[in-house]
Amino acid sequence: MAFEGLADRLQNTIQKIKGKGKVTEQDVKEMTREVRLALLEADVNFKVVKDFIKNIKERAVGQEVMESLTPGQQVIKIVKEELTALMGGEESRIAAADRPPTVIMMVGLQGAGKTTTTGKLANLLRKKYNRKPLLVAADVYRPAAIDQLETLGKQLDMPVYSAGTDANPVDIANEALEKAKEEHLDYVLIDTAGRLHIDGDLMDELIQIKNNVSPDEIFLVVDAMTGQDAVNVAESFNEQLDVSGVVLTKLDGDTRGGAALSIKAVTDKPIKFAGMGEKLDQLEVFHPERMASRILGMGDVLSLIEKAQDNVDEKRAKELEEKMRSASFTFDDFLEQMGQVRNMGPLEDLLDMIPGANKMKGLKNVEFDEKQIAHVEAIIQSMTAQERQDPSLLNASRRKRIARGSGRSVSEVNRLIKQFDEMKKMMKQMTNMQQGKKGKKGKKSKGFQFPFL
Amino acid sequence: MSFLKKLKDKFQSNQSKEEVSDKYKEGLSKTRKSFSEKINDLVAKYRKVDEDFFEDLEEVLIAADVGVSTVMDLIDDLKMEVKRRNISDSHEVKNVISEKLVEIYYGDDNEESVGLNLQDDALTVILFVGVNGVGKTTTIGKLAHQLKSEGKQVLLTAGDTFRAGAIEQLSEWGKRVDVEVIKHSEGSDPAAVIYDGIQAAKSRNADVLLCDTAGRLQNKVNLMNELSKVKRVIEREVPNAPHEVLLVLDATTGQNALSQAKTFSEATDVSGIVLTKLDGTAKGGIVLAIRNELGTPVKLVGLGEKVTDLQTFDPQAFVYGLFADMVDDEE
Repeated sequence: MAFEGLADRLQNTIQKIKGKGKVTEQDVKEMTREVRLALLEADVNFKVVKDFIKNIKERAVGQEVMESLTPGQQVIKIVKEELTALMGGEESRIAAADRPPTVIMMVGLQGAGKTTTTGKLANLLRKKYNRKPLLVAADVYRPAAIDQLETLGKQLDMPVYSAGTDANPVDIANEALEKAKEEHLDYVLIDTAGRLHIDGDLMDELIQIKNNVSPDEIFLVVDAMTGQDAVNVAESFNEQLDVSGVVLTKLDGDTRGGAALSIKAVTDKPIKFAGMGEKLDQLEVFHPERMASRILGMGDVLSLIEKAQDNVDEKRAKELEEKMRSASFTFDDFLEQMGQVRNMGPLEDLLDMIPGANKMKGLKNVEFDEKQIAHVEAIIQSMTAQERQDPSLLNASRRKRIARGSGRSVSEVNRLIKQFDEMKKMMKQMTNMQQGKKGKKGKKSKGFQFPFL
Repeated sequence: MSFLKKLKDKFQSNQSKEEVSDKYKEGLSKTRKSFSEKINDLVAKYRKVDEDFFEDLEEVLIAADVGVSTVMDLIDDLKMEVKRRNISDSHEVKNVISEKLVEIYYGDDNEESVGLNLQDDALTVILFVGVNGVGKTTTIGKLAHQLKSEGKQVLLTAGDTFRAGAIEQLSEWGKRVDVEVIKHSEGSDPAAVIYDGIQAAKSRNADVLLCDTAGRLQNKVNLMNELSKVKRVIEREVPNAPHEVLLVLDATTGQNALSQAKTFSEATDVSGIVLTKLDGTAKGGIVLAIRNELGTPVKLVGLGEKVTDLQTFDPQAFVYGLFADMVDDEE
């Protein structure tokens, strides 16, 4: 999970203060010291850390804390607010030109993930905004960079413009723009070669491309693992090209990602997207305020809800709810519900988003075994249609058969059936409770619950 | 005679290394400039050695990506040393700083640079691992060129079957340096590709087999298991192999490099580090941190984009490149 270290460390520090009724100047000093170390260890630029600490100290030592009723929480609030401010305010959108095509240039150091991000961005544009992007292979230097983009294009079934490795990147960009106009493609994503920000010749090439195609967006692609140097890189690219936004990649690693915090602070350019995995649909809109919550271990409920909305079929969810209410929930429904939750992504990711989940005993550092779910699926799939509808049919010999059919042990089958029964009982209780409340509040329960979390 | 002068003399007495040192000087010019400039600024700014001085020094070191704990240790050491020698002039403390830094670079005793473990008359298998985008494939291309020009018969294996275009990238390198590449199609089992590579290397009597793998983030347990499997296959097929497991690290990486080194070592017993992209503005600080906290030696450094820009890591040349300004000042 991104920023895990930072969240842990801050939580430990804050825990110390939380228990106290009164926060002394000494406490604040001790806390800011810890926060400072945590941020530095997280690769946040030291200048940014300095400002951050200064702000916190000023606000925390001042009246605000001393007079508030719960000083510990007040400090947490200050840290969070400052952190959110540091990450940047509102989430930002991707530009759309008045007259298509909209041109987007991807720039950055070698190995930051430009080509992969180009593919992901194209996918996102099509999936979320219903656009038709053209991928442009303007990296003529790295061996097989063009092949890479072409392969991505094939995987996504999207057009790719390339002109071999002998062509001039500036010409490639120009020609691609013409092609996009001809074929009525409304986004042009130019994948440029990775280069060092201090490489004058190659930076000039980027400036030329920029002047020729006048892009609506220039995205600087930055590896989330970058250290203190991230600020130099971002500053330098920004000075020469005036980038319009930043894409953070490899944020699914265990990097604390402090560089992300500082880039925004130093260049004042928004972080627009974050790469969260190796698959082509794992590019997410970057939400600064949610990220700040996540750093502080407050969970990211908003993202979770959004994910659920994207992936859970509302009608089906309603039906399920109805079934829960009438207690006619069967193994078939269970299977389907599991499928829907699985659609939302790896369970680990979902857990990360639930507030407090990373503090729950036993859940922390537990590697969620997706196989376990596959086993459950196998067991249910080994039941006959009748058995799934009516679990009471399941006598010993049937259970034996199911165990053989699914390749699991009988005791595992027994456990699942028991769990299912208990779940059903719980559902009944819950629906009773909700119905009791319903008259007063008239509020409908959420469409789904997680039976196995 | 000052310590730096000694260092320089020591270095220059070794004339054969002159060429290497130029490469380092050139490649590290950015690193050196910003780093020693800052130390010089610092010394100029403070006449006296006091708390503020150390606080600023701490910042300079942290800005160079030297790990936080390494810096804290170093500062504590320095404070002790300054007290012991009764130094109050900031110019004098400069020497102590360099001395301490060099100490960490060299480690306790081994001043020798550690080369690659190449077998003389048997097959040498080298496995490359690392996170995404650090330059594994490029490093293999460069190393293949180097080994080939030394007269070795080299074979490459395209074990990155995941990333789009990775196999083509290695094939292109194979063409450039005229070396055969063993490959399967995209999406196949990397361990199987490596197995085939080993069989091919055996039957062709190759000297060195360089195994590429897909970049992976160290917190993806499944992918790390896959890597262990690849290593097991190599161990099974060639006794005492892999002779080197090289972790490729991007010099611009921050503290996460330590986590990478730790986790990859757990999965594959990393024997050395290749530090790439050192020609940018990224500081050499990460080397300090790695050597101090993990003890894993740096074996190769990437100092530029050209095929010849991969160099054996030479701590002496590296330190000299880093402090050349300061040495020259002394004269």
